[in-house]
Amino acid sequence: MTIQKTAQLRTFLVHLILLLTAAGFAAPLVWMLLTSLKDNSQLFASPPQWLPSPVHLQNYAEAFSRISLPRLLSNTLIVSLFSALGMLLTAPLAAYSLAKLEWKGRSLIFAVTIGVMMVPGQVTMIPEFILFYKLGLVGTLIPLIVKPALGVPVYIFMLRQFFLGLPSELQQAARIDGASEGYIYWSIMLRLAMPAVLATGLFQIMASWNDFLGPLLYLNDPAQYTLSLGLQQFQNEISTEWNLLMAAAFLMILPILILFFFLQRTFIQGITFTGIKG
Amino acid sequence: MSNIYSGTDMGMAGRTRTGTGKRSIRQALRKNRTGWLFVTPWLLGLLLFYVYPLVSSIILSFTSYSILKAGSFVGLQNYRNLMGDGVFWASIYNTLYFALLYVPLSLICSLALALLLNTGRRGIGFYRTLFFLPTLVPLVAKAAIWIWLLNPQFGLVNQALAAIGINGPPWLGSDSWSKPTLVLMSLWAIGQTVMIFVAGLQDISRDYYDAAAVDGARRHQTLWRITLPLLTPVLFYNLIMGIIGSFQVFALPYSLTGGSGAPAGSLMFYVMYVYQNAFLYLKMGYASAMAWILFALIALLTAVIFASSKKWVHYQGN
Repeated sequence: MTIQKTAQLRTFLVHLILLLTAAGFAAPLVWMLLTSLKDNSQLFASPPQWLPSPVHLQNYAEAFSRISLPRLLSNTLIVSLFSALGMLLTAPLAAYSLAKLEWKGRSLIFAVTIGVMMVPGQVTMIPEFILFYKLGLVGTLIPLIVKPALGVPVYIFMLRQFFLGLPSELQQAARIDGASEGYIYWSIMLRLAMPAVLATGLFQIMASWNDFLGPLLYLNDPAQYTLSLGLQQFQNEISTEWNLLMAAAFLMILPILILFFFLQRTFIQGITFTGIKG
Repeated sequence: MSNIYSGTDMGMAGRTRTGTGKRSIRQALRKNRTGWLFVTPWLLGLLLFYVYPLVSSIILSFTSYSILKAGSFVGLQNYRNLMGDGVFWASIYNTLYFALLYVPLSLICSLALALLLNTGRRGIGFYRTLFFLPTLVPLVAKAAIWIWLLNPQFGLVNQALAAIGINGPPWLGSDSWSKPTLVLMSLWAIGQTVMIFVAGLQDISRDYYDAAAVDGARRHQTLWRITLPLLTPVLFYNLIMGIIGSFQVFALPYSLTGGSGAPAGSLMFYVMYVYQNAFLYLKMGYASAMAWILFALIALLTAVIFASSKKWVHYQGN
Protein backbone atom coordinates (compact mmCIF):
# COMPACT_ATOMS: atom_id res chain seq x y z
CA MET A 1 0.00 0.00 0.00
CA THR A 2 2.69 2.51 1.00
CA ILE A 3 4.83 1.56 -1.98
CA GLN A 4 1.90 2.36 -4.22
CA LYS A 5 1.46 5.68 -2.46
CA THR A 6 5.09 6.75 -2.86
CA ALA A 7 4.89 5.76 -6.52
CA GLN A 8 1.79 7.92 -6.92
CA LEU A 9 3.48 10.78 -5.14
CA ARG A 10 6.51 10.47 -7.39
CA THR A 11 4.36 10.52 -10.53
CA PHE A 12 2.56 13.56 -9.20
CA LEU A 13 5.83 15.38 -8.50
CA VAL A 14 7.26 14.50 -11.92
CA HIS A 15 4.19 15.90 -13.64
CA LEU A 16 4.22 18.99 -11.45
CA ILE A 17 7.85 19.77 -12.32
CA LEU A 18 7.22 19.06 -16.01
CA LEU A 19 4.12 21.22 -16.03
CA LEU A 20 5.91 24.14 -14.38
CA THR A 21 8.89 23.96 -16.72
CA ALA A 22 6.65 23.58 -19.73
CA ALA A 23 4.72 26.66 -18.59
CA GLY A 24 8.03 28.50 -18.29
CA PHE A 25 8.96 27.48 -21.81
CA ALA A 26 5.63 28.60 -23.23
CA ALA A 27 5.33 31.83 -21.22
CA PRO A 28 7.46 34.08 -23.48
CA LEU A 29 5.35 33.04 -26.48
CA VAL A 30 2.10 33.64 -24.62
CA TRP A 31 3.36 37.02 -23.44
CA MET A 32 4.33 37.88 -27.01
CA LEU A 33 0.84 37.03 -28.21
CA LEU A 34 -0.80 39.03 -25.42
CA THR A 35 1.49 42.03 -26.00
CA SER A 36 0.64 42.00 -29.69
CA LEU A 37 -3.01 42.66 -28.79
CA LYS A 38 -2.49 45.62 -26.46
CA ASP A 39 -2.49 49.35 -26.98
CA ASN A 40 0.21 51.68 -25.66
CA SER A 41 -1.39 52.42 -22.31
CA GLN A 42 -1.82 48.72 -21.54
CA LEU A 43 1.71 48.04 -22.72
CA PHE A 44 3.45 50.06 -20.04
CA ALA A 45 0.92 49.57 -17.24
CA SER A 46 2.38 48.91 -13.82
CA PRO A 47 1.56 46.45 -12.32
CA PRO A 48 1.54 44.66 -15.69
CA GLN A 49 -1.83 44.17 -17.26
CA TRP A 50 -2.06 40.51 -18.21
CA LEU A 51 -4.99 40.34 -20.54
CA PRO A 52 -5.42 42.90 -23.28
CA SER A 53 -8.71 44.75 -22.92
CA PRO A 54 -9.88 46.05 -25.22
CA VAL A 55 -8.23 43.71 -27.70
CA HIS A 56 -6.32 45.69 -30.31
CA LEU A 57 -6.51 43.50 -33.37
CA GLN A 58 -5.64 46.50 -35.52
CA ASN A 59 -1.99 46.07 -34.42
CA TYR A 60 -1.79 43.24 -36.90
CA ALA A 61 -3.15 45.30 -39.75
CA GLU A 62 -0.67 48.03 -38.88
CA ALA A 63 2.28 45.64 -38.62
CA PHE A 64 1.23 44.26 -41.98
CA SER A 65 1.38 47.62 -43.72
CA ARG A 66 4.46 48.96 -41.91
CA ILE A 67 6.93 46.36 -43.09
CA SER A 68 5.14 45.32 -46.29
CA LEU A 69 4.62 41.91 -44.84
CA PRO A 70 3.12 40.20 -47.93
CA ARG A 71 6.32 41.04 -49.77
CA LEU A 72 8.56 39.68 -47.02
CA LEU A 73 6.41 36.59 -46.74
CA SER A 74 6.48 35.84 -50.45
CA ASN A 75 10.27 36.32 -50.58
CA THR A 76 10.71 33.97 -47.63
CA LEU A 77 8.36 31.44 -49.19
CA ILE A 78 10.23 31.54 -52.49
CA VAL A 79 13.56 30.93 -50.78
CA SER A 80 12.30 28.19 -48.44
CA LEU A 81 10.24 26.27 -50.97
CA PHE A 82 12.69 26.39 -53.87
CA SER A 83 15.72 25.55 -51.77
CA ALA A 84 13.83 22.65 -50.18
CA LEU A 85 12.50 21.38 -53.51
CA GLY A 86 15.91 21.53 -55.11
CA MET A 87 17.50 19.83 -52.13
CA LEU A 88 14.88 17.07 -52.28
CA LEU A 89 15.76 16.40 -55.90
CA THR A 90 19.51 16.21 -55.37
CA ALA A 91 20.27 15.10 -51.80
CA PRO A 92 18.31 11.81 -51.69
CA LEU A 93 19.70 10.95 -55.12
CA ALA A 94 23.27 11.47 -53.91
CA ALA A 95 22.54 9.69 -50.64
CA TYR A 96 21.08 6.70 -52.49
CA SER A 97 24.09 6.55 -54.77
CA LEU A 98 26.44 6.68 -51.79
CA ALA A 99 24.49 4.03 -49.87
CA LYS A 100 23.11 1.59 -52.41
CA LEU A 101 25.06 1.79 -55.66
CA GLU A 102 28.55 0.44 -56.09
CA TRP A 103 30.94 2.59 -58.06
CA LYS A 104 34.60 3.51 -58.14
CA GLY A 105 35.33 6.60 -56.09
CA ARG A 106 32.29 6.25 -53.88
CA SER A 107 34.19 6.06 -50.61
CA LEU A 108 36.30 9.09 -51.58
CA ILE A 109 33.21 11.20 -52.35
CA PHE A 110 31.59 10.04 -49.13
CA ALA A 111 34.70 10.93 -47.11
CA VAL A 112 34.79 14.41 -48.67
CA THR A 113 31.08 14.88 -47.96
CA ILE A 114 31.64 14.02 -44.30
CA GLY A 115 34.74 16.21 -44.22
CA VAL A 116 32.98 19.35 -45.43
CA MET A 117 30.21 18.74 -42.88
CA MET A 118 32.72 19.67 -40.16
CA VAL A 119 33.75 22.96 -41.76
CA PRO A 120 32.12 25.99 -40.13
CA GLY A 121 30.11 28.07 -42.59
CA GLN A 122 32.25 31.12 -41.82
CA VAL A 123 35.22 29.59 -43.60
CA THR A 124 33.43 29.26 -46.92
CA MET A 125 31.21 32.32 -46.49
CA ILE A 126 33.67 34.91 -47.86
CA PRO A 127 34.78 33.15 -51.09
CA GLU A 128 31.16 32.17 -51.67
CA PHE A 129 30.13 35.81 -51.44
CA ILE A 130 32.94 36.80 -53.83
CA LEU A 131 31.77 34.11 -56.26
CA PHE A 132 28.17 35.34 -56.29
CA TYR A 133 29.39 38.94 -56.41
CA LYS A 134 31.40 38.22 -59.54
CA LEU A 135 28.43 36.43 -61.08
CA GLY A 136 26.35 39.54 -60.41
CA LEU A 137 23.93 37.61 -58.21
CA VAL A 138 24.34 39.62 -55.00
CA GLY A 139 21.06 41.44 -54.45
CA THR A 140 18.98 38.52 -55.70
CA LEU A 141 17.41 35.56 -53.92
CA ILE A 142 19.38 33.10 -56.06
CA PRO A 143 22.42 32.61 -53.76
CA LEU A 144 20.06 31.69 -50.92
CA ILE A 145 18.39 29.03 -53.10
CA VAL A 146 21.16 27.56 -55.23
CA LYS A 147 23.51 26.38 -52.51
CA PRO A 148 21.04 24.21 -50.56
CA ALA A 149 19.34 23.17 -53.82
CA LEU A 150 22.50 21.39 -54.91
CA GLY A 151 22.58 19.35 -51.71
CA VAL A 152 23.35 19.81 -48.04
CA PRO A 153 26.00 17.46 -46.58
CA VAL A 154 24.17 16.86 -43.28
CA TYR A 155 20.96 15.84 -45.05
CA ILE A 156 22.89 13.63 -47.46
CA PHE A 157 24.49 11.93 -44.48
CA MET A 158 21.12 11.46 -42.72
CA LEU A 159 19.47 10.10 -45.86
CA ARG A 160 22.39 7.80 -46.57
CA GLN A 161 22.01 6.29 -43.10
CA PHE A 162 18.33 5.76 -43.84
CA PHE A 163 18.96 4.14 -47.24
CA LEU A 164 21.56 1.84 -45.68
CA GLY A 165 18.78 0.47 -43.47
CA LEU A 166 16.63 -0.54 -46.46
CA PRO A 167 17.04 -4.13 -47.73
CA SER A 168 19.13 -4.47 -50.92
CA GLU A 169 17.02 -7.47 -51.95
CA LEU A 170 14.36 -5.06 -53.23
CA GLN A 171 16.88 -3.49 -55.58
CA GLN A 172 18.12 -6.87 -56.81
CA ALA A 173 14.64 -8.24 -57.36
CA ALA A 174 13.67 -5.17 -59.36
CA ARG A 175 16.84 -5.47 -61.44
CA ILE A 176 16.04 -9.07 -62.27
CA ASP A 177 12.59 -7.94 -63.36
CA GLY A 178 14.31 -5.57 -65.77
CA ALA A 179 13.66 -2.28 -64.02
CA SER A 180 16.05 0.56 -64.79
CA GLU A 181 18.20 2.05 -62.05
CA GLY A 182 16.26 5.30 -62.35
CA TYR A 183 12.98 3.48 -61.87
CA ILE A 184 14.30 1.52 -58.90
CA TYR A 185 15.39 4.75 -57.25
CA TRP A 186 12.38 6.88 -58.07
CA SER A 187 9.55 4.39 -57.69
CA ILE A 188 10.85 2.02 -55.04
CA MET A 189 13.67 3.25 -52.84
CA LEU A 190 12.67 6.93 -52.67
CA ARG A 191 9.11 5.95 -51.68
CA LEU A 192 10.45 3.79 -48.88
CA ALA A 193 12.71 6.58 -47.68
CA MET A 194 9.80 9.07 -47.56
CA PRO A 195 9.81 9.61 -43.77
CA ALA A 196 13.48 10.61 -43.85
CA VAL A 197 13.06 12.62 -47.04
CA LEU A 198 10.14 14.56 -45.57
CA ALA A 199 12.07 15.25 -42.40
CA THR A 200 15.03 16.73 -44.28
CA GLY A 201 12.63 18.79 -46.40
CA LEU A 202 11.11 20.23 -43.24
CA PHE A 203 14.56 20.96 -41.84
CA GLN A 204 15.49 22.84 -44.98
CA ILE A 205 12.30 24.90 -44.92
CA MET A 206 12.97 25.77 -41.28
CA ALA A 207 16.60 26.58 -41.98
CA SER A 208 15.67 29.00 -44.78
CA TRP A 209 12.85 30.50 -42.75
CA ASN A 210 15.16 31.20 -39.82
CA ASP A 211 18.27 32.10 -41.78
CA PHE A 212 19.62 35.50 -40.90
CA LEU A 213 23.25 35.59 -42.01
CA GLY A 214 22.49 34.54 -45.60
CA PRO A 215 19.90 37.27 -46.30
CA LEU A 216 22.07 39.77 -44.42
CA LEU A 217 24.95 39.06 -46.81
CA TYR A 218 23.12 38.78 -50.08
CA LEU A 219 20.11 41.10 -49.93
CA ASN A 220 20.50 44.86 -49.97
CA ASP A 221 17.16 46.15 -51.23
CA PRO A 222 14.28 46.09 -48.69
CA ALA A 223 12.00 44.92 -51.52
CA GLN A 224 13.88 41.60 -51.56
CA TYR A 225 14.19 41.18 -47.80
CA THR A 226 13.07 37.99 -46.14
CA LEU A 227 11.13 37.95 -42.88
CA SER A 228 14.20 37.83 -40.64
CA LEU A 229 15.72 40.91 -42.21
CA GLY A 230 12.38 42.70 -42.36
CA LEU A 231 11.77 42.14 -38.70
CA GLN A 232 15.26 43.35 -37.83
CA GLN A 233 14.64 46.53 -39.79
CA PHE A 234 11.36 47.05 -37.98
CA GLN A 235 13.12 46.73 -34.65
CA ASN A 236 15.58 49.49 -35.43
CA GLU A 237 13.14 51.96 -36.92
CA ILE A 238 10.36 51.95 -34.40
CA SER A 239 11.80 50.07 -31.48
CA THR A 240 9.36 51.61 -29.01
CA GLU A 241 6.23 50.13 -30.58
CA TRP A 242 6.47 46.79 -28.86
CA ASN A 243 2.93 45.76 -29.64
CA LEU A 244 3.53 46.09 -33.40
CA LEU A 245 6.88 44.35 -33.16
CA MET A 246 5.31 41.44 -31.27
CA ALA A 247 2.48 41.24 -33.81
CA ALA A 248 5.05 41.08 -36.62
CA ALA A 249 7.12 38.49 -34.75
CA PHE A 250 4.03 36.37 -34.18
CA LEU A 251 3.14 36.59 -37.87
CA MET A 252 6.66 35.41 -38.68
CA ILE A 253 6.37 32.38 -36.40
CA LEU A 254 2.80 31.46 -37.30
CA PRO A 255 3.45 29.56 -40.57
CA ILE A 256 6.17 27.48 -38.90
CA LEU A 257 3.88 26.78 -35.96
CA ILE A 258 1.12 25.61 -38.27
CA LEU A 259 3.56 23.42 -40.17
CA PHE A 260 4.80 21.95 -36.90
CA PHE A 261 1.31 21.13 -35.60
CA PHE A 262 0.41 19.26 -38.76
CA LEU A 263 3.72 17.46 -39.16
CA GLN A 264 4.79 16.97 -35.53
CA ARG A 265 5.54 13.31 -35.94
CA THR A 266 7.83 13.89 -38.92
CA PHE A 267 9.64 16.70 -37.14
CA ILE A 268 10.30 14.64 -34.04
CA GLN A 269 11.25 11.57 -36.07
CA GLY A 270 13.71 13.60 -38.10
CA ILE A 271 15.28 15.11 -35.03
CA THR A 272 15.58 11.85 -33.19
CA PHE A 273 17.28 10.04 -35.99
CA THR A 274 19.72 12.88 -36.56
CA GLY A 275 20.67 12.43 -32.95
CA ILE A 276 20.86 8.69 -32.81
CA LYS A 277 22.49 7.88 -36.05
CA GLY A 278 24.46 11.11 -36.33
CA MET B 1 16.71 18.85 -62.91
CA SER B 2 16.11 16.99 -66.15
CA ASN B 3 19.40 15.11 -65.83
CA ILE B 4 17.78 12.76 -63.31
CA TYR B 5 15.28 11.60 -65.88
CA SER B 6 17.75 11.41 -68.71
CA GLY B 7 19.76 9.22 -66.36
CA THR B 8 16.85 6.82 -66.29
CA ASP B 9 16.71 6.65 -70.08
CA MET B 10 20.40 6.06 -70.39
CA GLY B 11 20.23 3.23 -67.91
CA MET B 12 17.48 1.56 -69.94
CA ALA B 13 19.22 2.09 -73.27
CA GLY B 14 22.42 0.64 -71.87
CA ARG B 15 20.56 -2.40 -70.67
CA THR B 16 19.01 -3.31 -74.00
CA ARG B 17 22.19 -2.72 -75.96
CA THR B 18 24.33 -4.97 -73.78
CA GLY B 19 26.01 -7.64 -75.84
CA THR B 20 26.76 -11.13 -74.61
CA GLY B 21 30.55 -11.13 -75.00
CA LYS B 22 31.87 -8.35 -72.79
CA ARG B 23 28.84 -8.32 -70.57
CA SER B 24 30.63 -8.17 -67.23
CA ILE B 25 32.89 -5.28 -68.22
CA ARG B 26 29.97 -3.34 -69.63
CA GLN B 27 27.93 -4.09 -66.57
CA ALA B 28 30.70 -2.78 -64.37
CA LEU B 29 30.96 0.35 -66.49
CA ARG B 30 27.22 0.87 -66.35
CA LYS B 31 27.23 0.40 -62.61
CA ASN B 32 29.92 3.03 -62.25
CA ARG B 33 28.15 5.35 -64.62
CA THR B 34 24.82 5.19 -62.76
CA GLY B 35 26.54 5.80 -59.45
CA TRP B 36 28.40 8.85 -60.73
CA LEU B 37 25.35 10.11 -62.59
CA PHE B 38 23.20 10.04 -59.46
CA VAL B 39 25.79 11.89 -57.43
CA THR B 40 26.54 14.53 -60.10
CA PRO B 41 24.24 17.35 -58.90
CA TRP B 42 25.68 17.06 -55.41
CA LEU B 43 29.19 16.87 -56.82
CA LEU B 44 28.57 20.18 -58.51
CA GLY B 45 27.44 21.69 -55.20
CA LEU B 46 30.31 20.07 -53.35
CA LEU B 47 32.90 21.55 -55.68
CA LEU B 48 31.25 24.95 -56.06
CA PHE B 49 30.21 25.65 -52.48
CA TYR B 50 32.54 23.58 -50.34
CA VAL B 51 35.80 22.52 -51.97
CA TYR B 52 36.46 25.65 -54.04
CA PRO B 53 35.59 28.12 -51.23
CA LEU B 54 37.71 26.12 -48.77
CA VAL B 55 40.79 26.29 -50.95
CA SER B 56 40.05 29.87 -51.93
CA SER B 57 39.59 30.91 -48.31
CA ILE B 58 42.97 29.67 -47.18
CA ILE B 59 44.64 31.50 -50.06
CA LEU B 60 42.66 34.67 -49.27
CA SER B 61 43.87 34.54 -45.69
CA PHE B 62 47.41 35.23 -46.95
CA THR B 63 46.31 38.25 -49.00
CA SER B 64 44.94 41.74 -48.43
CA TYR B 65 41.86 41.18 -50.60
CA SER B 66 38.97 43.66 -50.35
CA ILE B 67 36.62 42.69 -53.24
CA LEU B 68 36.94 46.23 -54.66
CA LYS B 69 40.52 45.78 -55.78
CA ALA B 70 42.77 42.78 -56.30
CA GLY B 71 44.63 41.84 -53.16
CA SER B 72 48.34 41.26 -52.85
CA PHE B 73 50.08 38.40 -51.12
CA VAL B 74 50.99 39.43 -47.58
CA GLY B 75 52.17 36.11 -46.16
CA LEU B 76 51.38 35.67 -42.50
CA GLN B 77 50.70 39.37 -41.97
CA ASN B 78 46.96 38.89 -41.34
CA TYR B 79 47.66 36.28 -38.70
CA ARG B 80 50.33 38.47 -37.09
CA ASN B 81 48.00 41.48 -37.05
CA LEU B 82 45.30 39.41 -35.39
CA MET B 83 47.62 38.65 -32.49
CA GLY B 84 47.77 42.36 -31.74
CA ASP B 85 44.05 43.01 -32.30
CA GLY B 86 42.26 43.74 -29.02
CA VAL B 87 38.76 43.14 -30.43
CA PHE B 88 39.89 39.76 -31.77
CA TRP B 89 40.98 38.66 -28.29
CA ALA B 90 37.85 40.12 -26.72
CA SER B 91 35.68 38.19 -29.18
CA ILE B 92 37.56 34.98 -28.33
CA TYR B 93 37.05 35.66 -24.62
CA ASN B 94 33.33 36.33 -25.12
CA THR B 95 32.86 33.24 -27.25
CA LEU B 96 34.69 30.95 -24.82
CA TYR B 97 32.78 32.48 -21.87
CA PHE B 98 29.50 31.78 -23.64
CA ALA B 99 30.47 28.23 -24.66
CA LEU B 100 31.79 27.30 -21.21
CA LEU B 101 28.61 28.49 -19.53
CA TYR B 102 26.08 27.41 -22.15
CA VAL B 103 27.28 23.93 -23.15
CA PRO B 104 27.37 22.32 -19.67
CA LEU B 105 24.17 24.09 -18.57
CA SER B 106 22.27 23.08 -21.69
CA LEU B 107 23.41 19.46 -21.36
CA ILE B 108 22.45 19.25 -17.68
CA CYS B 109 19.08 20.93 -18.15
CA SER B 110 18.09 18.96 -21.21
CA LEU B 111 19.22 15.67 -19.68
CA ALA B 112 17.20 16.43 -16.54
CA LEU B 113 14.12 17.26 -18.60
CA ALA B 114 14.59 14.16 -20.75
CA LEU B 115 14.83 11.95 -17.65
CA LEU B 116 11.63 13.49 -16.29
CA LEU B 117 9.87 13.04 -19.62
CA ASN B 118 11.00 9.44 -19.70
CA THR B 119 9.39 8.65 -16.33
CA GLY B 120 6.14 10.51 -16.79
CA ARG B 121 5.04 8.70 -19.89
CA ARG B 122 1.54 10.07 -19.90
CA GLY B 123 1.20 13.35 -21.76
CA ILE B 124 4.70 13.06 -23.20
CA GLY B 125 3.50 14.41 -26.54
CA PHE B 126 2.03 17.48 -24.91
CA TYR B 127 5.21 18.36 -22.99
CA ARG B 128 7.38 17.53 -25.94
CA THR B 129 5.46 20.03 -28.05
CA LEU B 130 5.75 22.75 -25.41
CA PHE B 131 9.49 22.22 -24.93
CA PHE B 132 9.99 22.13 -28.65
CA LEU B 133 8.05 25.29 -29.56
CA PRO B 134 10.81 27.81 -28.71
CA THR B 135 13.24 26.10 -31.10
CA LEU B 136 10.81 26.91 -33.91
CA VAL B 137 11.03 30.63 -33.21
CA PRO B 138 13.36 32.38 -35.67
CA LEU B 139 16.30 34.03 -33.93
CA VAL B 140 15.30 37.53 -34.92
CA ALA B 141 11.84 37.05 -33.40
CA LYS B 142 13.50 35.45 -30.37
CA ALA B 143 15.68 38.52 -29.90
CA ALA B 144 12.64 40.81 -30.15
CA ILE B 145 10.66 38.80 -27.59
CA TRP B 146 13.50 38.73 -25.07
CA ILE B 147 14.43 42.40 -25.41
CA TRP B 148 10.85 43.18 -24.47
CA LEU B 149 10.62 40.58 -21.68
CA LEU B 150 13.91 41.76 -20.15
CA ASN B 151 13.35 45.48 -20.51
CA PRO B 152 14.70 46.78 -17.17
CA GLN B 153 11.67 49.03 -16.52
CA PHE B 154 8.66 47.57 -18.31
CA GLY B 155 9.76 44.01 -18.91
CA LEU B 156 7.66 41.23 -17.49
CA VAL B 157 10.63 39.58 -15.79
CA ASN B 158 11.69 42.57 -13.73
CA GLN B 159 8.08 43.48 -12.94
CA ALA B 160 7.55 39.95 -11.66
CA LEU B 161 10.76 40.16 -9.62
CA ALA B 162 9.67 43.52 -8.20
CA ALA B 163 6.38 41.96 -7.12
CA ILE B 164 8.29 39.61 -4.82
CA GLY B 165 10.59 42.40 -3.63
CA ILE B 166 13.63 41.74 -5.80
CA ASN B 167 15.30 44.56 -7.65
CA GLY B 168 15.85 43.00 -11.07
CA PRO B 169 19.23 43.27 -12.83
CA PRO B 170 19.68 45.38 -15.97
CA TRP B 171 20.06 42.18 -18.07
CA LEU B 172 21.20 43.16 -21.55
CA GLY B 173 21.89 46.69 -20.34
CA SER B 174 25.13 45.94 -18.49
CA ASP B 175 28.29 44.28 -19.67
CA SER B 176 28.52 42.02 -16.62
CA TRP B 177 24.98 40.67 -17.13
CA SER B 178 24.79 40.54 -20.91
CA LYS B 179 26.52 37.19 -21.49
CA PRO B 180 24.70 35.24 -18.75
CA THR B 181 21.49 36.74 -20.14
CA LEU B 182 22.34 35.46 -23.60
CA VAL B 183 22.96 32.01 -22.10
CA LEU B 184 19.54 32.17 -20.46
CA MET B 185 17.88 33.06 -23.76
CA SER B 186 19.71 30.27 -25.55
CA LEU B 187 18.62 27.76 -22.90
CA TRP B 188 15.04 28.58 -23.84
CA ALA B 189 15.66 26.64 -27.07
CA ILE B 190 17.10 23.37 -25.74
CA GLY B 191 14.03 21.46 -26.91
CA GLN B 192 15.91 19.76 -29.71
CA THR B 193 18.62 18.47 -27.37
CA VAL B 194 15.90 17.23 -25.00
CA MET B 195 14.28 15.29 -27.84
CA ILE B 196 17.56 13.63 -28.79
CA PHE B 197 18.12 12.61 -25.16
CA VAL B 198 14.58 11.22 -24.93
CA ALA B 199 15.16 9.14 -28.04
CA GLY B 200 18.43 7.91 -26.57
CA LEU B 201 16.72 6.93 -23.33
CA GLN B 202 14.01 5.01 -25.13
CA ASP B 203 16.70 3.18 -27.07
CA ILE B 204 18.18 1.61 -23.93
CA SER B 205 17.11 -2.00 -23.72
CA ARG B 206 14.59 -2.81 -20.94
CA ASP B 207 16.57 -5.98 -20.17
CA TYR B 208 19.18 -4.01 -18.25
CA TYR B 209 16.54 -2.53 -15.96
CA ASP B 210 14.80 -5.86 -15.48
CA ALA B 211 18.09 -7.47 -14.53
CA ALA B 212 18.86 -4.62 -12.15
CA ALA B 213 15.41 -4.93 -10.56
CA VAL B 214 15.99 -8.63 -9.96
CA ASP B 215 19.27 -7.76 -8.27
CA GLY B 216 17.43 -5.26 -6.09
CA ALA B 217 19.12 -2.15 -7.43
CA ARG B 218 17.92 1.20 -6.17
CA ARG B 219 16.66 3.95 -8.41
CA HIS B 220 19.76 6.14 -8.13
CA GLN B 221 21.96 3.11 -8.73
CA THR B 222 20.23 2.28 -12.00
CA LEU B 223 20.56 5.92 -13.01
CA TRP B 224 24.33 6.06 -12.40
CA ARG B 225 25.23 2.52 -13.39
CA ILE B 226 22.89 1.84 -16.31
CA THR B 227 21.12 4.87 -17.71
CA LEU B 228 23.97 7.38 -17.78
CA PRO B 229 26.71 5.04 -19.07
CA LEU B 230 24.43 3.78 -21.83
CA LEU B 231 23.44 7.33 -22.68
CA THR B 232 27.06 8.46 -23.17
CA PRO B 233 26.98 8.12 -27.00
CA VAL B 234 24.06 10.55 -27.12
CA LEU B 235 25.74 12.81 -24.57
CA PHE B 236 28.86 12.75 -26.72
CA TYR B 237 26.87 13.74 -29.82
CA ASN B 238 25.12 16.58 -27.99
CA LEU B 239 28.41 17.80 -26.51
CA ILE B 240 30.08 18.01 -29.90
CA MET B 241 27.06 19.71 -31.47
CA GLY B 242 26.78 22.11 -28.53
CA ILE B 243 30.42 23.17 -28.79
CA ILE B 244 30.32 23.61 -32.56
CA GLY B 245 27.08 25.59 -32.28
CA SER B 246 28.20 27.90 -29.51
CA PHE B 247 31.49 28.73 -31.23
CA GLN B 248 29.44 29.94 -34.17
CA VAL B 249 26.81 31.95 -32.30
CA PHE B 250 25.85 34.91 -34.47
CA ALA B 251 22.23 35.77 -35.26
CA LEU B 252 20.97 36.20 -31.70
CA PRO B 253 23.68 38.60 -30.40
CA TYR B 254 23.79 40.38 -33.77
CA SER B 255 20.07 40.95 -33.68
CA LEU B 256 20.04 41.91 -29.99
CA THR B 257 22.70 44.56 -30.45
CA GLY B 258 22.04 45.64 -34.03
CA GLY B 259 25.47 44.26 -34.89
CA SER B 260 27.35 46.49 -32.46
CA GLY B 261 28.16 43.93 -29.78
CA ALA B 262 27.14 46.48 -27.10
CA PRO B 263 27.17 47.00 -24.11
CA ALA B 264 30.90 47.72 -23.98
CA GLY B 265 31.62 45.07 -26.63
CA SER B 266 30.50 42.35 -24.22
CA LEU B 267 28.32 40.73 -26.90
CA MET B 268 30.89 40.92 -29.69
CA PHE B 269 31.28 37.28 -30.60
CA TYR B 270 33.88 35.72 -32.84
CA VAL B 271 31.69 35.26 -35.91
CA MET B 272 30.26 38.76 -35.54
CA TYR B 273 33.78 40.11 -35.77
CA VAL B 274 34.50 37.93 -38.82
CA TYR B 275 31.37 39.38 -40.43
CA GLN B 276 32.33 42.96 -39.54
CA ASN B 277 35.82 42.60 -40.95
CA ALA B 278 34.67 40.97 -44.16
CA PHE B 279 31.55 42.92 -45.04
CA LEU B 280 31.79 46.21 -43.14
CA TYR B 281 35.51 46.98 -43.34
CA LEU B 282 35.97 44.84 -46.48
CA LYS B 283 39.09 43.25 -44.99
CA MET B 284 38.30 39.91 -46.56
CA GLY B 285 41.80 38.48 -46.26
CA TYR B 286 41.89 39.38 -42.58
CA ALA B 287 38.42 37.87 -42.02
CA SER B 288 39.44 34.69 -43.87
CA ALA B 289 42.39 34.32 -41.52
CA MET B 290 39.95 34.63 -38.61
CA ALA B 291 37.68 32.01 -40.13
CA TRP B 292 40.59 29.57 -40.43
CA ILE B 293 41.61 30.14 -36.83
CA LEU B 294 38.03 29.34 -35.83
CA PHE B 295 38.11 26.18 -37.92
CA ALA B 296 41.40 25.14 -36.32
CA LEU B 297 40.03 25.79 -32.83
CA ILE B 298 36.86 23.77 -33.46
CA ALA B 299 38.81 20.96 -35.11
CA LEU B 300 41.28 20.84 -32.21
CA LEU B 301 38.55 20.77 -29.56
CA THR B 302 36.57 18.15 -31.43
CA ALA B 303 39.69 16.02 -31.84
CA VAL B 304 40.46 16.23 -28.11
CA ILE B 305 36.89 15.24 -27.21
CA PHE B 306 36.94 12.42 -29.74
CA ALA B 307 40.21 11.13 -28.28
CA SER B 308 38.84 11.29 -24.75
CA SER B 309 35.60 9.61 -25.80
CA LYS B 310 37.22 6.17 -25.78
CA LYS B 311 37.49 6.52 -22.02
CA TRP B 312 33.96 7.59 -21.25
CA VAL B 313 31.63 6.70 -24.12
CA HIS B 314 30.10 3.24 -23.78
CA TYR B 315 28.21 1.56 -26.55
CA GLN B 316 25.41 -0.88 -25.85
CA GLY B 317 26.48 -4.47 -26.29
CA ASN B 318 30.19 -3.71 -25.88
